[in-house]
Amino acid sequence: MPGVARFVGLLALAFFVFAIVLVIFGKNPTKAYTDIFLSTLGNTYGFSEILVKMIPLILTAIAVALPSRIWLINVGGEGQLHIGALFATWGALNFTNLPAWILLPLIFMLGFLGGGLWALISGILRAKGWASETISTLLLNYVAILLVNFFVFGPWKDPESANYPQTAEFVNAATLPAFGNSRVHLGLVFAITALIVYYFVLSRTRWGLEMRAIGNNPEAAQRNGIPIAGYIILLMFIGGGIAGLAGMSEVSAIQGRLRPGLSPGYGFTGFLISWMAGGNPLGILASAFLLAIITSGGDILQMSHGLPGSVVNILMALILFVVLARRG
Amino acid sequence: MNSSPLITLRGITKSFPGVLANDHVDLDIYSGEVHALLGENGAGKSTLMKILYGFYRADSGKIRLNGHLIKIRSPHDARQFRIGMVFQDFILIPALSVAENIALFLSDLPAVLDKVQLNRRIGEISKRYNLQVDPDAPVWRLSVGERQKVEVLKLLLADAQILILDEPTRSLAPHEIEGLFQVFTNLRRDGYAIVFITHKLKEVLACADRITVMRCGQNADTLPAAEATEKGLISLMFGEAVIESTHRRREPPREAAQPLLELRQISTRDDVSGTSLREVNLDVFSGEIVGVAGVSGNGQRELGDVILGLESCSRGAKYLFGQDATHWSVARIRASGVAFIPEDPLGMVAFAGLTVRENMALTAMHKYARQAGLSINWESVRSDLECSLKRLGFTVSSFDIPMRFLSGGNIQRVILAREMARHPKLILAFYPTRGLDVQSAISARDLLVASRDAGSGVLLISEDLGELFSLSDRLVVLFRGRIVGTGIPQEITMNEVGYLMTGSKMENRSNG
Repeated sequence: MPGVARFVGLLALAFFVFAIVLVIFGKNPTKAYTDIFLSTLGNTYGFSEILVKMIPLILTAIAVALPSRIWLINVGGEGQLHIGALFATWGALNFTNLPAWILLPLIFMLGFLGGGLWALISGILRAKGWASETISTLLLNYVAILLVNFFVFGPWKDPESANYPQTAEFVNAATLPAFGNSRVHLGLVFAITALIVYYFVLSRTRWGLEMRAIGNNPEAAQRNGIPIAGYIILLMFIGGGIAGLAGMSEVSAIQGRLRPGLSPGYGFTGFLISWMAGGNPLGILASAFLLAIITSGGDILQMSHGLPGSVVNILMALILFVVLARRG
Repeated sequence: MNSSPLITLRGITKSFPGVLANDHVDLDIYSGEVHALLGENGAGKSTLMKILYGFYRADSGKIRLNGHLIKIRSPHDARQFRIGMVFQDFILIPALSVAENIALFLSDLPAVLDKVQLNRRIGEISKRYNLQVDPDAPVWRLSVGERQKVEVLKLLLADAQILILDEPTRSLAPHEIEGLFQVFTNLRRDGYAIVFITHKLKEVLACADRITVMRCGQNADTLPAAEATEKGLISLMFGEAVIESTHRRREPPREAAQPLLELRQISTRDDVSGTSLREVNLDVFSGEIVGVAGVSGNGQRELGDVILGLESCSRGAKYLFGQDATHWSVARIRASGVAFIPEDPLGMVAFAGLTVRENMALTAMHKYARQAGLSINWESVRSDLECSLKRLGFTVSSFDIPMRFLSGGNIQRVILAREMARHPKLILAFYPTRGLDVQSAISARDLLVASRDAGSGVLLISEDLGELFSLSDRLVVLFRGRIVGTGIPQEITMNEVGYLMTGSKMENRSNG
């Protein structure tokens, strides 16, 4: 528990430093913070929007947390999310005649496969000892984003939407159902399920034990006959797949089509969340909640305080420092 | 010897979670004496000395230096009081030279090193105490014995007058041990106080002036070495339970013997950091113990890694149980019935952050996993471990504490129990008794003999020649990655093996 107290204290420090930044911009930090929290937590709509943002954040956080159990640093959540979205879009655009009960599972699997294969590249490179997964996942982010751009500016551009670089709208059968009138969609169930499975696998199963063993002492794990290279490849694939689900649910439930800028950096925020939580499932949930509020806070600062929305990136960077300080 | 002690420890008490490591220990250390601290594992010797060196803080108790009460809060404080310690695992930086390593330790390290003067001081002291090493040699090139000399030199140059050595003879060859004792004698002459921790009785009797025996965290007795006998010390160490070891060698039934392990002309890739194996031929048959003598660092680790399948061989072939196993995976080799007892369990096969139970489960996941891996049969893990520990006569306080909370000896016990629980056909025992107290070492040796008698094959790698000679049916000597000699214990003397181990006879052989 003293660890939690220290963590909260450090977080408070980050908010305090950001308050100084706001003062420098000539804004009233108390009012800014009050506005952010009231507009996100003060009404049902605001809260539902927080839940909407938490879906990709939780998924990309798991994509980082799972490989990090064996000290793999997956910085490629953003790219895996994009390729997941790309694969899902391919399914949604090409199988428009299928009924929803076939099409939705299909794009679900395609989303997973896309993200998974993208991360698998880095996994294989690492398992063979050819390249650090940190570097390769980071660089593949740019490739993934450009690849999405290539398709939406080129072959998949919807001829009916004037000159906008975007695909045609998904058919209804390819749209993840939402809850009630809100934008909260079925992806929330995927995210929570993934979190529960993540916890269960790590704490109860043979694989979790072997993963913890590798994380604890790779040399001993090798001598005990645990296939480390296999785990590297597998965990990168599954992690990437889960990030791919985030991309799939964004295009299918929120955007309704593939377009550039489909993610405001969810993959990177997910990385931050995973490290804040130290891989702990409840920590991921809590951190995703907090970061969803901060991400929404950007819009509020932009709309009612005349600040650029990206100003919240300063706060996120401060939180990253806090996270690093806690580890040091 | 002075009439008043240099250091007095009074009522030192230290507890760790679940263990009372030191229980009101009193100890006097005089200048100009070699003081041996003897006791089985977990008796509290290391803890006591780490308190004196400021590494741990005692819960209660007083330390006096020349009669003045002192407080030692850190190793830094200890050095201010001229107390120095050589740890079991040396703390030298391999890439730096001897002189640089020594310089780093000096408290008055200047911004710009005066190398000439430093080398002169090293030269003077090393000559005076017979601690010759080349000050410009990088530490990675030194043998274990030489590294130890550097550690001692470090303390002397830093002006320590009380030298604490934690199991200094652990990985030295016999003649190096003699050299170390000679160093002790020289230091004693000049009024240094030397405290050394050990559980080898012969060494204690060979070089100590006074002996303190610790048992269960208490000082069982302190007595002059002249009054001590081997038997008396053992009964002090263990209370009434005096143990006798009897390893009758039994003629192995040669005709029925199956080859378990065959290495044919095995060589490994050249490796900067380690020793590579060179054309090693080695057989282990069922029902025999093959002893491998050698100073550590001469290819033992590589030999183990090759047999376990961790390192691939650049040339040669490996057969296990009659099948070509040159390209088998580690998992397959382990599953085929090969047990591995390593020199450094916590580094090589155990998981410090996982519990005893989890460590046990990890050796045989295919056995304990249920529903294809969705859950683990913890009940069967526990009963296997309990059963194996019982067979060995070991006890471990709890299965649910992380391994790192166990003492070194207990970790070795758990690993032994874990490996033996699988009823292996081939046992690779690497320094299986290193770090074990006398009683546990005897149970471990009995275990190897019992496994041999039950038809298993044992490859025993050790630096303890006594152990090798009493257990082995055949001996091979490993030096710089080659097998430089073979023999059976009855036909070869310890001295011959000792010289082969250190390469002293190599020249004669190649000439003749």
